[in-house]
Amino acid sequence: MEAIRLTVPCAGDNILTLRAGDRVLLSGTVYTARDAAHRRMVELIERGEPLPFELSGAAIYYCGPAPAPPGRVIGSAGPTTSYRMDSYAPLLIARGLRVMIGKGRRSRPVLDAMHEYGAVYLAATGGAGALLASCITDCELIAWPELGAEAVRRLTVRDMPLTVAADAMLGDLYESGPAAYLAARDA
Amino acid sequence: MRELFASEISECVARLCMEANTRLSSDVEAALRFSCENENWPAAKGILSDLCENLDIARSTGLPICQDTGLVTVFIEFGQDVHVTGGDFESAVNEGVRRGYAEGHLRKSVVSDPLERVNTGDNTPACIDLRMVPGEHVKITVSPKGAGSENMCRVKMLTPAAGEQGVRDFVLESVKDAGGNPCPPVVVGVGIGGGFDSVARLARRALLRELTSENPVERYAKMERELLYAINATGIGPQGLGGKTTALAVLIEAAPTHIAMLPCAVCICCHADRHATEVL
Repeated sequence: MEAIRLTVPCAGDNILTLRAGDRVLLSGTVYTARDAAHRRMVELIERGEPLPFELSGAAIYYCGPAPAPPGRVIGSAGPTTSYRMDSYAPLLIARGLRVMIGKGRRSRPVLDAMHEYGAVYLAATGGAGALLASCITDCELIAWPELGAEAVRRLTVRDMPLTVAADAMLGDLYESGPAAYLAARDA
Repeated sequence: MRELFASEISECVARLCMEANTRLSSDVEAALRFSCENENWPAAKGILSDLCENLDIARSTGLPICQDTGLVTVFIEFGQDVHVTGGDFESAVNEGVRRGYAEGHLRKSVVSDPLERVNTGDNTPACIDLRMVPGEHVKITVSPKGAGSENMCRVKMLTPAAGEQGVRDFVLESVKDAGGNPCPPVVVGVGIGGGFDSVARLARRALLRELTSENPVERYAKMERELLYAINATGIGPQGLGGKTTALAVLIEAAPTHIAMLPCAVCICCHADRHATEVL
């Protein structure tokens, strides 16, 4: 299966054609945010204050990278488990977030919000942090340095290998992937 | 009585933090590479192949295998004829973690208070699992474990009536519910017996065993083999996206317990079952 090239931030239409199981090579700008940054972003939205980055069309990578050794852009930078962001994600999707990158299955409210607003959830290989770091060409800390690994960073990525784990049409590879394997095995 | 400088303990722990985070032990690496060769579902094989390549990159660059360099548990077998000088033991262990995580450019993932959640900035304090043993040696094992798999661990106080089947059901249910979250293929440590606190320790310690080893008691060895088969028959697969490789090993440790209890702990670890050991 040929990988689909996707650039972020994105206008929206091109991600609606993606389907669970598609392989994607992602390039462009993604923002790291995980537990603590999500809580702060939602608090800012509730207070009507601006976020550290433009959410419209944006891609968020659930990632807290390891520190960059000398001579490197970033340390290991694989995905963290996404479900911990599920309570925050629907609001961010409603405010324009279009691409989420992480690992592990999402809750029904997140899938519903993705369907309603047209967003996609991409899985990166958990535990392949050293490999994924090689796709990151630039890293700049843009908000909340006191959070350490959890601070928001703007990453420039090139051909980051990802799989569509959940699409805007309620397709969920965490359901269909194992089911397809079992059907083939037992056929 | 042998004298051991606290600084020697710190240096050893620092070295082991860096080693454990950048290189898997040979048995864990071999199990992962074998699973990749053995997997026939294309998407699953692709993921396993990425994980093997990731190990090569970590080894050649010195980058940690995973950005989640974990909460560190330091397992120590402390010879009772050893006397620590030049500092206190627990501070020496934490100083080693501090130094290893700074020098190794490892991520600092510890918050000082579970509700206030302010990062301590140096990945301390470590969890210390101390056992006093006869002799003049100190055996130190550093084992970092990430939150993705740690959050999927469980303890259940079964009744004696639940028996072996109750244990099997609980283990399988725990792995199924975890799905892709703990980054399968997983290593499953199982503790049976003891009390509420010690059963979790049994399961955590089981993760230090060689993956090809078997419990010396045939009943438990049989459970290890059959649970591994049952887990790999679920189809969860690498990353939870389907395939036959869901677990690399099931390791059971059992201990005496109370007449009214059957505690069971399931300590799920990602494929990076990280640990490194030195004897001082």
